[in-house]
Amino acid sequence: MLDLPTVAFYIIAILLVGTALAVVLSRNIVHAALFLAVFFGAAAGVYVLLNAEFIAIVQVLIYAGAVTILVLFAIMLTQNAMSRNANPFAGQWWLAAIICAALAIGIIYAVGSSKMALLSANASANMTTAGAAGGSIVRLGQLLYSPFDYSYVLPFEIASIVLLVAIVGAIVIGRED
Amino acid sequence: MVTLNSFVVLGAVIFCIGLFGALSRRNAVGILMSIEIMLNAVNITLVAFASALVHDAKLGGRLTGQVFAIFIITVAAAEAAVALAMIIAIYRRRNTIDVGEIHLMRW
Repeated sequence: MLDLPTVAFYIIAILLVGTALAVVLSRNIVHAALFLAVFFGAAAGVYVLLNAEFIAIVQVLIYAGAVTILVLFAIMLTQNAMSRNANPFAGQWWLAAIICAALAIGIIYAVGSSKMALLSANASANMTTAGAAGGSIVRLGQLLYSPFDYSYVLPFEIASIVLLVAIVGAIVIGRED
Repeated sequence: MVTLNSFVVLGAVIFCIGLFGALSRRNAVGILMSIEIMLNAVNITLVAFASALVHDAKLGGRLTGQVFAIFIITVAAAEAAVALAMIIAIYRRRNTIDVGEIHLMRW
């Protein structure tokens, strides 16, 4: 059962977990930021596998483009970034590791024993090939904008206000006195 | 065969890696990057559920999970901009972004 979506999924999954670990464990903060860019690109690959083309493009534009540049600028402006140990660990990192491992085990156990596991086994056995190609953007747009049908048009408008407030807030907070 | 479980477990693992980074880092920019990883993990889970449930007639075949992912991306972008502005402002005033040394409100 080694079809193309399965192989692609495992390659992307290994890439995602590896780059996430590299971001978290890297001593040099610039390296961490560059691994973060690879992580965002690989996440876009997951969205393509899930027939969510629009989310994949937005991921590349906003995360891999804008957020990575923003993080790199913040590193450049805040410290002598090229120093060796710019990204130290807190003293109790082992406690954080224990908590996170316990949380991961709990979530994976819950996923394995839930009713949704049955759903994935029966209804949509192979979800990467189940969706109709090309149709999801139209349905997504109707669900976001449509003023007549059931849609999320009011939260969408509020999101624009959130972005405006964030722009103004970033300028006000980051301004030189 | 890739099922819903594969994507949910992947999201959970990435979320826990990001949580570890957010808890164990001392550099404020490093903590912010870990939080971005956690938000991406949540997005992966939401989009996976959207693709799995879109053929479920009981839920109307809607792509609600993808809409939620778009809102999360919007809020995450706003959060990143404001947080990095705050980090730069703190650096100008105190000359450090080590969260262990920013303890003005510690009891």
